[in-house]
Amino acid sequence: MTDKQRDILKNRIAVFFAWVAALAFFFPIFWMVLTGFKTENQAIAIPPLLFFEPTLENYTEIQSRMNYTHFAMNSIITSFGGTLLALLIAIPSAYSMAFNTGRWTKDILMWMLSTKMLPAVGVLMPIYLICQKFGLLDSRIALVVIYAMMNLPIVMLILFNYFREIPKEILEASRMDGTSTLNEIRQVVMPLAWGGIASTALLSIILCWNEAFWSIVLTTTEASTLTAFVASFQAPEGLFWAKVSAVSTLACAPIVVFGWLAQKQLVQGLTFGAVK
Amino acid sequence: MNATLTRWLQAPSIILLFIWMIVPLSLTVYFSTIRYNLLYPERTGFIGLDNYRFFWTDPAFMPALLNTLVLVGSVLFITVILGLTIAVLIDRPFRGRSIARVMLISPFFIMPTVSALVWKNMLMDPNNGLFAALANALGGTPIEWLQDFPLLSIIIMVSWQWTPFAILIFMTSLQSQDQEQKEAATLDGAGFWAQFRNLTLPHLARPIAIVILIQMIFHLAIFAEIFVTTSGGPGVQSTNLTYLIYIQSQQAFDVGVASAGGVFAIILANIVAIFLIRAIGKTLTV
Repeated sequence: MTDKQRDILKNRIAVFFAWVAALAFFFPIFWMVLTGFKTENQAIAIPPLLFFEPTLENYTEIQSRMNYTHFAMNSIITSFGGTLLALLIAIPSAYSMAFNTGRWTKDILMWMLSTKMLPAVGVLMPIYLICQKFGLLDSRIALVVIYAMMNLPIVMLILFNYFREIPKEILEASRMDGTSTLNEIRQVVMPLAWGGIASTALLSIILCWNEAFWSIVLTTTEASTLTAFVASFQAPEGLFWAKVSAVSTLACAPIVVFGWLAQKQLVQGLTFGAVK
Repeated sequence: MNATLTRWLQAPSIILLFIWMIVPLSLTVYFSTIRYNLLYPERTGFIGLDNYRFFWTDPAFMPALLNTLVLVGSVLFITVILGLTIAVLIDRPFRGRSIARVMLISPFFIMPTVSALVWKNMLMDPNNGLFAALANALGGTPIEWLQDFPLLSIIIMVSWQWTPFAILIFMTSLQSQDQEQKEAATLDGAGFWAQFRNLTLPHLARPIAIVILIQMIFHLAIFAEIFVTTSGGPGVQSTNLTYLIYIQSQQAFDVGVASAGGVFAIILANIVAIFLIRAIGKTLTV
């Protein structure tokens, strides 16, 4: 065997194992989606069924019997609300930090990131009691505020990095024309930064959507998001596998798609900008 | 833009984050030094470090601390090794590569409560689960995963979710590796291992450090997976610090002791955070 043949063989083996890994990691998701199309009896059949006549009854039933829309709405309101609030606070700040970088800018950003490292459970009691005091237990407002503050540091950092990539000359040109700061943001910066803002929003939505500590601890039914709703299926053992799978599939599908779209921002956001 | 405007634009984010940090933090520290149980509102007063003593002498404390360390350590080991291997495996052109990539990183986007339930019910259930069926088909006895190996089960679930994160980061950094350097090394007759050790690994040193630090921050706080599957049991076999504090606050209603535990968790996370912040600071060019 020549060196070249050996290289090709090695490459084939690597590709083979890459596929083995890909199939293994994806299998639980595949199995979940599949189970969502089984009847409850098929779902717990021994041995598990790979081939069966698919049914849509779970998807119709989770709507009529479990009010799926209520929890999905809560997830949408809290993650979009939290993201919007974080963006509203972060855009002006990140903008001014990027274009008027001062002596303290880096320290301020680093301090912001350090707040992200505070473990949620460390402040569980104060947050819980504050919410209780203001009647905000099981309320979407509390989750929106918490999610916004939780993601603010990451949103700040990514936006800061985006704004910095905008060439300063463009701004100077518009300033020469006597544009006000507000118009400068609206007419010059926003169109250029739009893609960055959109993908930052996407990342923030993903993080809010999958958040499972505060939603479980602070909500019971009214404001429960999908993560908390799914968690409520833990108790009755072996029941409703097919319906849980259908709920899970619906709950995860949009976020998996978002995740694929936001891969790059995800790397930057989750590593706090350390890997780009 | 003048200095006043700059200040006004930056003030909201700084002030709000400061409030978000300082109010809960100081309340936690304050609560941890007073008698405060929601079930006995009449018991009040400053008690110094008694809550801390109570938290540390709780028979569940040492197991929980140990479980936390084992959980974080094992998940780190598994995810970094597997992540590196897989990232290197798919770092070559082949047909369907983008599909394989998508399949590999998808588990990371599944919400933690969903993945916990999928593993608990459909895969690990000793009667109707897939693993049990496989064991039966091979002539063995099904393993009672959550009953007999609760911590290992959690480790498997969390590793399944976080290996994709490691793959994603390593994959991204591998793409920025100098290809000419690798080709030159190949021409010089350097084998795969020599290249991996002398070129790839040094290139990945920083991403590896970052992945380890970030995962430590997240894994110290693992909650949903335990809440949904084992509830910390049997006994305290799969209780970590986060879950122990949760139990203190939500089931024993002891605000004081839960806050003392919270302070402990904050200190633990900060030890990691110091290193992480330093590593991030090096890349943030201002």
